[in-house]
Amino acid sequence: MKRETNDWEPKIVAFLCNWCSYAGADLAGVSRIQYPTNIRIIRVPCSGRINPFFILSSLQHGADGVLVCGCHPGDCHYLTGNYNARRKFALLQSLLEYAGVEKGRVQFSWVSAAEGGRFAELVAGVTESIQALGPAEKLVKR
Amino acid sequence: MSELSGQIREAVRKLLRQKEVDLVIGFEAGTLPLHSTPCFIREQQEAERLIWNSFCDNNLAKYLGKRQEKIAIIAKSCDARAIVELIKEKQISREQVVIVGVPCHGMIDRRRAEAELEGKEILEAEENDGELTLKGNGFTKVLKRSDYLCYGCEVCFHRNPVIYDILIGDGVAEKATDQYSDIAEFEAKSTEERWRYISDQVSKCIRCYACRNACPLCYCRECFVDNTHPQWTGKTTDISDTMIFHLMRAFHLAGRCVGCGACERACPMKVDIRKLNRKLVSDVKVLFDYEAGISLDRTAPLATFKPDDPEGFMLNP
Repeated sequence: MKRETNDWEPKIVAFLCNWCSYAGADLAGVSRIQYPTNIRIIRVPCSGRINPFFILSSLQHGADGVLVCGCHPGDCHYLTGNYNARRKFALLQSLLEYAGVEKGRVQFSWVSAAEGGRFAELVAGVTESIQALGPAEKLVKR
Repeated sequence: MSELSGQIREAVRKLLRQKEVDLVIGFEAGTLPLHSTPCFIREQQEAERLIWNSFCDNNLAKYLGKRQEKIAIIAKSCDARAIVELIKEKQISREQVVIVGVPCHGMIDRRRAEAELEGKEILEAEENDGELTLKGNGFTKVLKRSDYLCYGCEVCFHRNPVIYDILIGDGVAEKATDQYSDIAEFEAKSTEERWRYISDQVSKCIRCYACRNACPLCYCRECFVDNTHPQWTGKTTDISDTMIFHLMRAFHLAGRCVGCGACERACPMKVDIRKLNRKLVSDVKVLFDYEAGISLDRTAPLATFKPDDPEGFMLNP
């Protein structure tokens, strides 16, 4: 299935932790801050809840990019979930890039509940970079 | 090599005689040349079966899991490192195993040796003084042993067992190797080249899961590939399914892989499995300064954290 690139819009799956990042996205919403509609948000209890399979399955089933957000270090609702997640993500991102998945398909960031504006900027930035990469082809199951 | 076999038998006889262990796991001569087979011994007189040579490449730690009796295991350095990880992951207790450590000069990669013979059948293999003599119908070929080692052995930097109760023979000198030059070389290629190489390799995979079955650290009762609810990896021959299997198999061994190469030797399709495994081994070393199977005291890298772990990979951290 080859898509026309000129009217193509990326689909981005965003995993947001319930306590900070999802609230940050909520704040962006209630503050009426505009940001691209390319992201599909999935709320998870904690960034530590994110199994690397979530990310790979998203890419396999048609996501062009994945964004993962959690509480800033030190702010985790469960105290250490994001610290543990950070180690996992560091290895996963490095492994994917090493295996030849384009840099930037999978991105990670910290977003607090107060950072509505930053969340909107982040999504705009990620959407733009994934738009530049074009449709994901590599891990897609056909 | 033969004196090592003798010393191993002697040690094993003593352990069984004094009833210190119920079971001994070691190697016996295989039915084919260039093969040694894992063997399980319970009686003193059976100790004669035990041997030690350059073909004892299986990782015997694989056989330790879920056993109740007290076990002695003949362990080269990579087996010993796998045992350390198994003890840390509470698959076996330290008290339950008597580790008979054997310093290792590296194991022969039989595929490399066989490749020299252009398909001719080897009927007999002997080794002495750093030479490997292969004999068959109408030919005798002498190979330099050190040129035919398994890749994992070539880059091995822990040739003496890191943990043991009884040490057989004298220690061997450690080699100074540029451990991860192969990884750096691969990383220097372009994204597309890397993808092409990995997908070419992975597309050979027939999903027999021999790599998982041979790995001493793959002991989950229900592996993610067998999981059906949710089904994490599809069962199709689509490259996407196979790729995700390989990426996640490697990822599950992050900070645990001891680099014994059992997966690669078990692979019937010669998939370059180590390319992914070694990347994670080197990343864990660089990012978290951890080497699997070296110390019983250090917590596994993915079970712990530091507040100042590297986060340069994140978007404006």
